[in-house]
Amino acid sequence: MHLSSHGQPLPGSSRRAVLRGLGGAALLGAAIPLLSACGGGSGSSSDPKTVSLGSNASDAVPKKAFADVYAAFKKQSGIAVDVNTKDHNTFQEQINTYLQGTPDDVFNWFAGYRMQFFAAKGLASPIDDVWAKIGGNFPDAMKKLSKGADGKYYLVPITTYPWAVFYRKSVFQQHGYEVPATWDQLVVLCKRMKKDGLVPIAFGDKDAWPAMGTFDQINFRLNGYDFHVELMAGRASWTDAKVRDVFDQWAELLPYHQEGSLGRTWQDAAQTLVSKKAGMYLLGTFVAQQFTDKADLDDLDFFAFPEINSEFGQDTVEAPTDGFMVSKNPKNHDGAVKLLEFLGTPEAEQIYLKADPSLVAASSKADTSSYTALQKKAFEMISGAKSLTQFMDRDSRPDFTSTVMQPALQKFVRDPKGIDSLLTSIERQKKTIFASS
Amino acid sequence: MTIDVTKTREAATVPPPGNASPKKRVPQGHRRLLTRRDRLTLGLMAGVPTILHVTLVWVTALASIALAFTTWDGIGFDSIKWVGLDNFKELFTNNPQFWPAVQHNVIWFVVLILIPTPLGLFLAVQLDKNIRFSRVYQTAYFLPVVVSLAVTGFVWQLVYNPDTGLINSIIGANKPGHYIDWIGDPHLNLWAILVAACWRHTGYMMILYLAGLKGVDPSLREASSLDGANEWQTFKNVVFPTLRPTNTVVLVVTIIEALRAFDLVFVFNKGAQGTELLSILVTNNIIGESSRIGYGSAIAVVLLVISLAVIIPYLISTFRKERSA
Repeated sequence: MHLSSHGQPLPGSSRRAVLRGLGGAALLGAAIPLLSACGGGSGSSSDPKTVSLGSNASDAVPKKAFADVYAAFKKQSGIAVDVNTKDHNTFQEQINTYLQGTPDDVFNWFAGYRMQFFAAKGLASPIDDVWAKIGGNFPDAMKKLSKGADGKYYLVPITTYPWAVFYRKSVFQQHGYEVPATWDQLVVLCKRMKKDGLVPIAFGDKDAWPAMGTFDQINFRLNGYDFHVELMAGRASWTDAKVRDVFDQWAELLPYHQEGSLGRTWQDAAQTLVSKKAGMYLLGTFVAQQFTDKADLDDLDFFAFPEINSEFGQDTVEAPTDGFMVSKNPKNHDGAVKLLEFLGTPEAEQIYLKADPSLVAASSKADTSSYTALQKKAFEMISGAKSLTQFMDRDSRPDFTSTVMQPALQKFVRDPKGIDSLLTSIERQKKTIFASS
Repeated sequence: MTIDVTKTREAATVPPPGNASPKKRVPQGHRRLLTRRDRLTLGLMAGVPTILHVTLVWVTALASIALAFTTWDGIGFDSIKWVGLDNFKELFTNNPQFWPAVQHNVIWFVVLILIPTPLGLFLAVQLDKNIRFSRVYQTAYFLPVVVSLAVTGFVWQLVYNPDTGLINSIIGANKPGHYIDWIGDPHLNLWAILVAACWRHTGYMMILYLAGLKGVDPSLREASSLDGANEWQTFKNVVFPTLRPTNTVVLVVTIIEALRAFDLVFVFNKGAQGTELLSILVTNNIIGESSRIGYGSAIAVVLLVISLAVIIPYLISTFRKERSA
C-alpha cells in the first residue's frame, strides 16, 4: 500500500495526469476568491428592469412564497427580481464577506442589533425614502425595530413570530390546569404537573440557543425592555444585581425543566409536548412545525410568559422579525426602492403568508381573515405589544452571544450553582469583545 | 559559461536512453533535448504548485500569526487594530473554555495511543497470519476509516441520543429519574465520543501495522522458530523491533489525529460543555457574521505551536538517523 495521504508521492502517475491534477488545483485556487464574491454574478442588474436580490430563504416553503411575491411585483411594476438564493446558515456565516464584495441590490436580513451592526459599518443604505411611503403600514414597535443606531431606517420588515409558552388544550382540560398569569402561579402549576407525572417544562438546549429565549423572557419581565436593550448592547453590566436576579429566578424554575437538556435538540423536546408527556414548552411559534398531525395542531395553544414584576407586566413580546435591506451601492437603486416599497405593503405580506402560514405579518394592516387560530393569537400578541425584542443573538453582538453566552448559559443550565463567578467571567469577556470595535 | 550551466541542467533531465520516444522531434540547431513547450510545461509544473503552496500554506499561516496580535471583525482592512499580546492574555486568563480544550486534546491523544493503537496492532498480527476470510475482516475493520467523519459523528449521535438513541432505549435510561445524558453530561460526553473516535482509529492503525508486518522478512521468523521461540517470543523479540519505522509513523499520525480532532465532535454536540477542543474554538471564533478573527487566530497560533513542538523533534531525529545511516 502507498501512504498517499501522508505526503508520499503516488507512484506511476503519468505527466498528463499530473498536469490535469495541477489544472484542478488551479481551479480550486481560483474558486476561493469566488466564494467571497458569491452573488457578484448577477451581471444583469445594471439593467433598470431588474433588481438583484440575495436570499437566505433556502427552505422550500419560504422560497416558493417569496417567488410568488416577486412575481406579483413584476406584474405590478414591470421590474424583474433576480434572486440569488444561498443556504440559510451559509448566508449568515458569509454575510460579512458577501456585503463587502459585490452584494446584490437587496438582501434578506434580520431586525435588531444584528441589522444595526451592518448599518453602522456602512454596509447598508439608509431607506428613509421608502419608509416615507410605507410608514403607515406598521405599528410603532416595528418602526423602532427597523431603525439603525443613527435613527435612519435600514430595514423593511416582512414577517415575524412571537415566543411564548406553548401547551396542549386537552392536557390543561384533563387536569383542570389554568393558564398562569404570574410567576407564583407558574411555579405552582409546575409543581402540580410534576405530581401528575408530567414533565412541567419541555427543554432542549443542545443547539445552545434555546436557553437564550428563557433568559430573555425572565429578564424583560423582571427588569423591563430598556434594561434588555442596555444589557444586550453591552452598556449594562452582567454583574449588576438585576442580572443576578434573573438567574436566581431561573434557578427556581430549572428543576421543573426536562432533564438532560444539553443532549436534546428543540425538535426532540417538542416531541414530548406532541406526545403529551410535557405540560408546557417555551419557544417560538415554529414549534408548530413539529405538530404534523392536524388534530394535534388544533390542540396546540400558547400564553404569554407570566408577569414577574408588575411595573412591566407583559408589555414586551419577543418577536424575531425578518425583512429586507439595501446594500451599500446598489446597481439599480431606483428599482431597489420600488421593490422595498412593494415589500412593505400588506398585499406583499399576504401573498407571502398564503404560501407560508407558520409566521405572521409584520404589518398591522395585513388581512388576518385567512389566519389560523394560532396565527391570529400571535398577530394580536405582537400588535398589542408595547415593545418588541428580537432574541439575544439578534439584539446583541453575534460574536459575544455565540462565543460567550451560549457556553455560559449551557454551564448555568447544567449546574445553576456558582452564578457569581459565571457572571464575572461573562462581564470580563464582554468588555474585551465590545471594546474590540 | 551560461551555456555550460544550461547544458548541465539539461543533462540532469535527460531521460534514460531506453525511454526516449522514437517519435520525439529532435530540435534543430541547438543541441537541446527539451522543446520550448517542455520547458514551459516543467516551469508550470514547478511554478504553479509553488505559488499555490506559498499562498495557501505559508501566506495564510504567517497572516494568521500576524492577526493573532490584532483585533479584527473581518470588515475592511482599516478595522484591524494592533493589540499586542492582549488576545493571548485574554485566552490564558479569561476564556473559560480554553484550558478544558487543551486538556481534552491531550486526553484525546492519550486515549488514542493507549486503546486503539495496541488493538490495531493486535488485529494486524492476527490478520497477518492469513487466517480464513482475512480480507473480510480487514475490510470490516477498515470500513470506519473510509466513511467520512461527519457521517460517523452523525451515526454515533443516533446511537447516543438520550431520548431515542439505541443505548438508552435498550437499557431504559431515557426516563425521568434515571436518565443518562450521553451527549450533554460533561462527565460522559467526552468518553462517549472517544469510543467513536477509537472505533475509527483502530482500523487506521491496523492497516498501518499490516503494511509494516508485510515488510518483515519471513526468514527472520523462520530463524526464530528454528531457535525454538514460541509465537509470543517471536513477536516480542523479532517482529516488534522490526516494526520500529511503523511505530514512529503511528505515533506521528496519532498526534496529528489528536490535534486535528474536530469533525466528530462538531457533529456530535458542537464542542459544548465537556467536549471543547482547540480546533472547535478556532472555528467558533472565526466563522460567523461578525467574527473575532484576531482572537480566533491567537487560538490557532497556540495550536500551531503545540503541533510544532511535537513535530519538529520528530523530524530532527528522523533526519539525523537518515544522515547517519
